[in-house]
Amino acid sequence: MHELSVTESILTLALENAKKANASKVTGINLVIGQLSSIVDDSIQFYWDTISEGTICLGAKLNFNRIPALLKCQNCQNEFSIGQELAPCPVCGSYRSSILHGEEFYLDSIEIEKDQEDSK
Amino acid sequence: MSAIRVPVVEKILSANDHMANENRSLLDQNNVFSINIMASPGAGKTSFILQTIKHLSNDLKIGVIEGDTAPVTIDADKIIKAGMPAVQINTGGDCHLEAVMLSDGIKQLPLNDIDVMIVENVGNLICPAAWTLGTHISLLVASVPEGDDKPYKYPNIYRGLNVLIINKIDLMPYVEYNMDYFRKGVEMLNPGLITFPLSCRTGEGVDAWIDWLKVQVKQYRQGK
Repeated sequence: MHELSVTESILTLALENAKKANASKVTGINLVIGQLSSIVDDSIQFYWDTISEGTICLGAKLNFNRIPALLKCQNCQNEFSIGQELAPCPVCGSYRSSILHGEEFYLDSIEIEKDQEDSK
Repeated sequence: MSAIRVPVVEKILSANDHMANENRSLLDQNNVFSINIMASPGAGKTSFILQTIKHLSNDLKIGVIEGDTAPVTIDADKIIKAGMPAVQINTGGDCHLEAVMLSDGIKQLPLNDIDVMIVENVGNLICPAAWTLGTHISLLVASVPEGDDKPYKYPNIYRGLNVLIINKIDLMPYVEYNMDYFRKGVEMLNPGLITFPLSCRTGEGVDAWIDWLKVQVKQYRQGK
């Protein structure tokens, strides 16, 4: 389990960007996580509630945009998705494929509020 | 109050990646080729490192960084006994090494006196896969008694590898292990991955790995 380290990294990034934008409060965290990333959403939310205490990120809603895996067969160039299990190309049966989508792991954007006086 | 969306679009582990790049620069400045060794607990990481030292010590000087979750120096002691410098990093319970921890360890090694730096990551097939360290190659020591289904159960660690070791092949006659099934899983995750089946206990297959490693180190130096 490495969700604590991941959550700390998300908080650091969010606080950095909130500061740059002169935010008074962060209300939303929009994450993009590929299907192939081994991350448990509930764990991140659990740690988030604990470690964001005392920061302007406390109470921010974590939104997970999960990207399904998309593979491309290196033999016949067919593009195909996979479920939970590894699978060969459904068209030609080749085991050689490369990943087009599914490894995403980034902070897309944050939702912030500014005090009216600050934004003048 | 006004709600505003601020675009960020930055990798979550970008701070770690940045530190990994710094580690790589420091290693390159000192001409040190580096390997991140990952495996589950008990696969034979330390035995593999000791075998590598034994076969390479006439040609190359190796420094080792040992990552462990507990404050023990069992592995580092073995390396030092084998005549090579070793640094022990205690992750304080964390399940993997991060680039910043490695950075501290690298600085404790005599970099201008070694040719190859081996990092023994924490025994774990999940977490080390997500944190790059800045090493030149990533290596996994899989072992026969762990079972042939590991690529299917821990796909991410196989995807990022440059080289795969299958250790304890001397135990093949005694355990249920289908090498073809194992390799099929690896092929789906990392097509064409260079693989060395060997036994650290009997020494079988070790020469092929050593020959490959020597070529890698040579190419690294020529490419600089």
